[in-house]
Amino acid sequence: MEKTFNTKDSLKVAPLEGFREAYTLHLADNALIIAQRNSEYCGHGPILEQDIAITNISLDLLGQSRNFYQYAAQLINAATTSKRGSLVLPFGEDLGGASEDSLAYLRTEREFKNCLLVELPNGDWGQTILRQFFFSTYQFLLYQKLQNNSDAQLAAIAAKALKEVTYHLRWSSEWVIRLGDGTTESHQRMLKAIDELWRYTGELFMPADYEKEDVSLLKDDWMKKVSEVFEEATLPLPEKAFMQTGGKQGIHTEHLGYILTELQYLQRTYPGAEW
Amino acid sequence: MVTASNILTQQIWKILEEVTDPEVPVLTITDLGIVRDVKITGDQVEVIITPTYTGCPAMDMIAMNIKLALIEHGYTNIKITSVLSPAWTTDWMSDEGKRKLKEYGIAPPQNESGRFQRPESFHVQCPQCNSTNTKLISEFGSTACKSLYQCNDCKEPFDYFKCH
Repeated sequence: MEKTFNTKDSLKVAPLEGFREAYTLHLADNALIIAQRNSEYCGHGPILEQDIAITNISLDLLGQSRNFYQYAAQLINAATTSKRGSLVLPFGEDLGGASEDSLAYLRTEREFKNCLLVELPNGDWGQTILRQFFFSTYQFLLYQKLQNNSDAQLAAIAAKALKEVTYHLRWSSEWVIRLGDGTTESHQRMLKAIDELWRYTGELFMPADYEKEDVSLLKDDWMKKVSEVFEEATLPLPEKAFMQTGGKQGIHTEHLGYILTELQYLQRTYPGAEW
Repeated sequence: MVTASNILTQQIWKILEEVTDPEVPVLTITDLGIVRDVKITGDQVEVIITPTYTGCPAMDMIAMNIKLALIEHGYTNIKITSVLSPAWTTDWMSDEGKRKLKEYGIAPPQNESGRFQRPESFHVQCPQCNSTNTKLISEFGSTACKSLYQCNDCKEPFDYFKCH
């Protein structure tokens, strides 16, 4: 007997032509993947208050990613409608349009455009908060620019998220200082975390062709903030180092595949499943 | 000028005043300033809302509760629109809302959101004994909108609805 496929089973997300779609997805992927990483702490934080803090941050970032994915879906659907026939119909609701869910759950590793930094394993608490500090500093500077972008929806999402990112930045700065300027053990661990993460920070400021904001312009302010916090934390700023890149173009570390396996399991196994 | 549409709009606002926040049930969505506008077009009622926090999981439920409340009052053609800009701020919370929060045991937001102050630079008043001798336990509390404090005098831990 011939098997009838649900339309949702067999279709793929549309190829993404425009830079605007790609850029919105890049912003969404960054927020989603670091949210997913931080959410691994749910019920596992070092103490209750910090368990709540990191998972709250995770929730904020997940909210950001939803806003960006919803907007990306709108853009993709508009482009697909006008060019229907030449594009593969994307998965999704109603007439096979893209949705926030299809973009998060049904794209493959090579289609994700997040920076490598956000997909790295959590490591110990020091490494987790150092990654959050690096990323929050970057997001804080980026969203300050993005809130004035000519794209009104990107600007609105950034303006709203900036308030929350301000909290993330303050919280993570304080932790870097506490651990860097803490005990010999915590200081050692922070040195190790810097060694582990530093080579993934350069990519943040190397613009991809689709980026609407020139991220290379954020680098000086980012270095300034990091230097200030490191100084207070009695941590050395690393010398110039080789920087890993590729994430923005879909070339990832081995870790992203594992993240997606867990994140996408339900929709891959039971396509179209709903709560 | 009093028009039929004006009266209808007022009725809708009255109904919305009865819809509460699922996380802080003592507050209504109008106390919080979540409802930005009500528009009537023909027989369609459009309620424009804005999320408090980007990732607030209560927003989907609030949208559903608005629908249910309007259906209960006989409206059928309902549209809920969510807008992000201008971004929600605690400045939009009503004085009545702040009073109800305190009575409920949550310290209301104290400053204007535009003037950010470091948490250690101001004193949050304990909603139980009114002492300002309190300390911040954690900037992140039981929900995205709250921080955790403790009163040094009556020793009671309490939530503070932070400025946003």
